[in-house]
Amino acid sequence: MRPRPRACEQCPVHQATDISKLGVDMHRWDYLVALGGNPNTGKSTVFNALTGLRQHTGNWPGKTVAKAEGGYEFGGHRYKLVDLPGTYSLLATTVDEEIARDFILSGQPDVTVIVVDATRLERNLNLVLQVQEITGRVVVCLNLMDEARRHGLSVDDRQLARDLGVPVVPIVARSEAGLDRLIATIAEVASGKLVHRPQRIAGPESQGNMETAVRIDPRTDGNQRAQSVEATYVEAARIAARAVRQSDARPRFDLDRAIDRVVTSRVWGFPIMLLLLAGVFWVTITGANVPSRLLGSFLLDTVHPWLREAAADLGVAAWLRGVLIDGMYLATAWVVSVMLPPMAIFFPLFTLLEDFGYLPRVAFNLDSLFKQAGAHGKQALTMAMGFGCNAAGVISTRIIDSPRERLIAILTNNFALCNGRWPTQILIATIFIGALVPTRLAGAASALAVVAVAVLGVALTFAASWGLSRTVLRGEVSAFSLELPPYRPPRVMKTLYRSVVDRTVYVLWRAVVFALPAGAVIWIVANLQISGASLAERLIDLLNPVGLLLGLNGVILLAFAAAIPANEIVIPTVLMLTALAGGLSGVGAGAGVIFQLESGAGTLAILRAGGWTLLTGINVMLLSLLHNPCSTTIATIYKETGSKRWALVSVVLPLGIGLLLTGLVAQLWRLVAA
Amino acid sequence: MEFLVQPRPRTEAAGPRARLSDLRVGERGAVVGIAPGCRQMERRRLQDLGVLPGTVIEAEFASPSLDPVAYRIRGALIALRREQAAHILIDREEGAHAP
Repeated sequence: MRPRPRACEQCPVHQATDISKLGVDMHRWDYLVALGGNPNTGKSTVFNALTGLRQHTGNWPGKTVAKAEGGYEFGGHRYKLVDLPGTYSLLATTVDEEIARDFILSGQPDVTVIVVDATRLERNLNLVLQVQEITGRVVVCLNLMDEARRHGLSVDDRQLARDLGVPVVPIVARSEAGLDRLIATIAEVASGKLVHRPQRIAGPESQGNMETAVRIDPRTDGNQRAQSVEATYVEAARIAARAVRQSDARPRFDLDRAIDRVVTSRVWGFPIMLLLLAGVFWVTITGANVPSRLLGSFLLDTVHPWLREAAADLGVAAWLRGVLIDGMYLATAWVVSVMLPPMAIFFPLFTLLEDFGYLPRVAFNLDSLFKQAGAHGKQALTMAMGFGCNAAGVISTRIIDSPRERLIAILTNNFALCNGRWPTQILIATIFIGALVPTRLAGAASALAVVAVAVLGVALTFAASWGLSRTVLRGEVSAFSLELPPYRPPRVMKTLYRSVVDRTVYVLWRAVVFALPAGAVIWIVANLQISGASLAERLIDLLNPVGLLLGLNGVILLAFAAAIPANEIVIPTVLMLTALAGGLSGVGAGAGVIFQLESGAGTLAILRAGGWTLLTGINVMLLSLLHNPCSTTIATIYKETGSKRWALVSVVLPLGIGLLLTGLVAQLWRLVAA
Repeated sequence: MEFLVQPRPRTEAAGPRARLSDLRVGERGAVVGIAPGCRQMERRRLQDLGVLPGTVIEAEFASPSLDPVAYRIRGALIALRREQAAHILIDREEGAHAP
């Protein structure tokens, strides 16, 4: 006779080590699990821990902005996990809350896990009680127990479970403590082994209210809604009071409060902010130098010639070699070597500040400025994100919950000088502005010039926001509320690792999707002969009159047009076209082969031969700040706004300002010079 | 353009009261109600954050330009702009308890 398995082995807890993370592989599943909760309670951390996915997390309310899906397998069953956007309530006021509400209502999950912040139990229970009005299959996941202890709070999870009538599992998601019990509990509820009686709000009247308010359009009856919210909060407060014990009324030293006093003070608030921001840029730019050069020398100086030779040996036709290797490969390699190092440094630094909880304080400090421009304080964050990458900045505007202010943030994001444009600025500033002053001051002068351009971008962000909010986006300033989360020690290694991996994947994707075709176009334009001259030369001749009027030239305009997919290749394209149009010999590697020189003097010599003056240098810096966003960003704007019209505005607005400004500078320059 | 006509809730037609925006940093007050002028999404957002009659709110600190101000509402730190805080009617008090 086979020995009967002992009770322990049947218990789901015993199998807790059997979990296998399935990532996004979940084409079939046995149970559907919804993951909900207030913003910034660690839902995404729970989601990542369970599925092994790398959904971006951060100490910043509103990180999960569309629902993410993943899966895991446990005890022979497959679970599909849907991470819903963070919501304060199910009585939806925003798109995110609507997504969460609709999923719990009509997605009919087998289990709804509500992640609850143990330090803000009362407000979090409000949501739990609302969910319990819809479904009985609820597991409450009591997260941030470590933080609660740090704040002198003890939460009695058994009492809470009794009062709510559903299982309550205390966890510390960041260190994955308690997750095994959570998984086991989800399994028990999903399989129906655990039956429970969820607490519903007392009184038939209020329950009716809640159901009506949740199910019907929330705009219908404000009064009824207010009553049901109130009834729920009263109940939440009662339950929270029974479960939470505060050791002292207030800890003797409140670190959070002390930090907040300093970073938001009238004296130190702005200096600290500027110092941190300058520090991030400095580390990014200096730190990116060496890896950029290494990548460049490998991809451009070693692999490229090798590919050329190999293709020639294989007998590939010259034109095909040109398109594939000199065009597509080179542009892609360029984008990777220029863009990858700064992105891989900037975003982890940014994420650390975010993880710590500092970024919402930046929004808090800067809100009054944005308010005067008719914009939202959180635009400070999306702008800062834009300094890394405008496409990422546009996506991050989802944290702004009012549509009008969000659109303003999207349309003005391109005024933040992105990583792809910093190298252009630095190069031109070094060879034109740095050359104006004695050598020992050259570094400082060129740095100052780049900062001036970036500051101009910030000023234009405010000006354009102000202009938009008074013209096409006129309207009442929408509600503003900004949660300032408690500070949390950032997880340095985890953040670095994830950020580097994420950014690498992103840059590579972008290089392949956008730089490959751009490289082909550039090569073809430079090599396609039309009655004795290349298409590039014809276009340059055509653009020259306009270019010269703007204090630029035809080469520059063509290079900016060709480099719409990737701002990083503007300068190499300019150099190649200049050499081509000027018939310069001995530089570069032929028509259509973009290049850059090690020495500033060599670059300057080519540009001078192409007719560049100090005015050209200044205007290129201005145009690099003020032209259409790169195609990745335009595509992102179209996706986020769902409107071709707004995507068009995002192109025309900066480009128009750029052409106006360069034209104006050129006219003034000539007046003064004459 | 959609228009929505709503009757003003009678219960909140209170006399002159202190407003949340009147609180100085460190002061506390218990919510009496939300002014009728505050509607739609803005009103709902405040309710969801726990701004309900009886809730005790403390003004914790102001931003460098004194607006917005960070308020402690039911354990969470929420920054509100002056105009929004002005919608919240309160009784200034010390040591009151949330319901």
